Amino acid sequence: MIARILSILHARNIEFLRDRSALGWNILLPVLLVLGMGAIFSGDGRAMFKVAVLQQAELVDLTAHPFLQTRFIDFYAVSDLDDALAKLSRHQMDMLISPAAEPPQYWINESAPKGYMLEKLIAGTGSSDFSRGTVSGTAIRYVDWLLPGILGMNMMFSCLFGVGYVVVRYRKNGFLKRLKATPLTPFEFLTAQVLSRLVLIMGVTAMVFAGTSYLIDFKMSGSYLALFVVATLGATCLISTGLLVAVRTASEELAGGLLNMISWPMMLLSGVWFSLEGTPQYVQNIAGLFPLTALLKAARNIMLDGAGLAEVMPQVSQLAAMTIVLLAIGAWLFRWQED
Amino acid sequence: MSAVLEVRNLVKEYPGLTAVAGISFSVDEGSCFGMLGPNGAGKTTAMEIMEGIRSASSGEILYRGKPIGADFRNEAGMQFQSTALQDHLTVRESLQLFRGFYKHGADLDELIETCSLEQLLNRDNRKLSGGQRQRLLLAIALVNDPKILFLDEPTTGLDPQARRNFWDLIEKIKQRRTTVLLTTHYMDEAYILCDTIAIMDHGKFIAHGSPESLLKEHFSDVIIELPREDFRVPPASLPWTIHEKIDSVEISVASVSEALAKLLELGVGIDRIRIRPRNLEDLFLELTGTELRA
Repeated sequence: MIARILSILHARNIEFLRDRSALGWNILLPVLLVLGMGAIFSGDGRAMFKVAVLQQAELVDLTAHPFLQTRFIDFYAVSDLDDALAKLSRHQMDMLISPAAEPPQYWINESAPKGYMLEKLIAGTGSSDFSRGTVSGTAIRYVDWLLPGILGMNMMFSCLFGVGYVVVRYRKNGFLKRLKATPLTPFEFLTAQVLSRLVLIMGVTAMVFAGTSYLIDFKMSGSYLALFVVATLGATCLISTGLLVAVRTASEELAGGLLNMISWPMMLLSGVWFSLEGTPQYVQNIAGLFPLTALLKAARNIMLDGAGLAEVMPQVSQLAAMTIVLLAIGAWLFRWQED
Repeated sequence: MSAVLEVRNLVKEYPGLTAVAGISFSVDEGSCFGMLGPNGAGKTTAMEIMEGIRSASSGEILYRGKPIGADFRNEAGMQFQSTALQDHLTVRESLQLFRGFYKHGADLDELIETCSLEQLLNRDNRKLSGGQRQRLLLAIALVNDPKILFLDEPTTGLDPQARRNFWDLIEKIKQRRTTVLLTTHYMDEAYILCDTIAIMDHGKFIAHGSPESLLKEHFSDVIIELPREDFRVPPASLPWTIHEKIDSVEISVASVSEALAKLLELGVGIDRIRIRPRNLEDLFLELTGTELRA
């Protein structure tokens, strides 16, 4: 069994490495994205301010205080003070206010320019009744926050399309039918596909990680081992998702559609580009089911907050469980070809 | 000789189509069995069911007296009508890939020599000509040193040299007592390679036996062929079946000497006549008709 897996694994690796254009693109795209996004966003060009309102109700009552009627500020409710302060320190929100407190209070991050601006805005609304609180945190540039997102997104596309498309192409051109005529089992074939893509994507990601680190010196506070474990599990989970799309179909158009249907919501809602703070709860609930969300949350905890493996265990468990379930369903549904 | 493969009342139905409508036969160890038939007759479907690639709707297939099991894949070699190989692999790497699937198998160097692949080993398998590609696919089918070999239209699309070269290869394989099943459109190929043939149409066998016995069974005549301009006799006045073609006339006769005497008597020039025995192509057309199949 091992010999058969190694045979197909070796052949697939050769195929990938010799396909120079695809290999080059796999390396180049994330570097370009990191450089491009870093250049655009490090100046923090987004106009919107994010202000969290400390209260129990889910909807913010905008009449509770004149400041809440200021335009171009995104007000949203949070209920846990400690959690909110931690996010403020990590620049995931620009200000936290508690208008119902006696006296009303606000907190800003002293290292954040937006906090300073919002403080001036509060003063401008004539609200001198607020008491002032501050948190401090090492400034995290947007690019520090974005980098795990970009790497994760690149991983996602590579895992989903790299595996899903390849298997569908094999089925369409009849290579799977030829494999069916050999003693190779679906389990062996799928294992080799997962391993091949996993090794390649981890190699490419490590190279991009090292290269980007040299170019823009981003923040990496936690353990490399923990990050490696999380990335490996995340990639395996995403590959398993890609395989699930490819278990039956021989149509590249259908597979492309299905893969887009899976990848776009993840790209938009998994927190690649912006934090999901302040989005409606149901959006966060849906996003919580995506492998990419768990991967990015754990990676950012490790890279930005220095979390260890124990602290990202919820995400690690989620990714491991999803991988097992997806692979089991994939192997069960897999067909070499239509009968 | 013992039957290595036995097929009993094999049926394959698709919605609105019966591709294989109940065929039964057996193939002896070390023999070559050929299935002939027009496009869409059900040859490939029947073959793929025997190979275990497709499932049957009903019927039974026994390999060495037992239903096809896990061992079968180790002992069978298969070459499909069209097979894609993995991109970016060389001929040698493609062979190594498939060799890696089997515990026991052929010695690769020997196989490379048998299939004349020495000069092509480092070539990307996408850059092979039709004949070279078929030789590689045959080598892949032989990589496990099979006891039974399935070849689905292995010479379709090849030029005459490549076809003859391929026939020589099959002869070599037959000498090793490997049982061979093949489908083909070429009657000469079937005649040269096969010990037993079956002509298949609409999912059924319409003739089954050795090429010689089938010809003997269906034909007692020979064909006299002569150019049209030499044949100036009203056909109705002759006691034979006459088939008029664009440039020539084919006369089916039981006795050549009697026919020649009669033609001479009628003043027909016989300097340019050709006499040939009935062949499989005549049998095929007689049994399956001459109209074009969709």
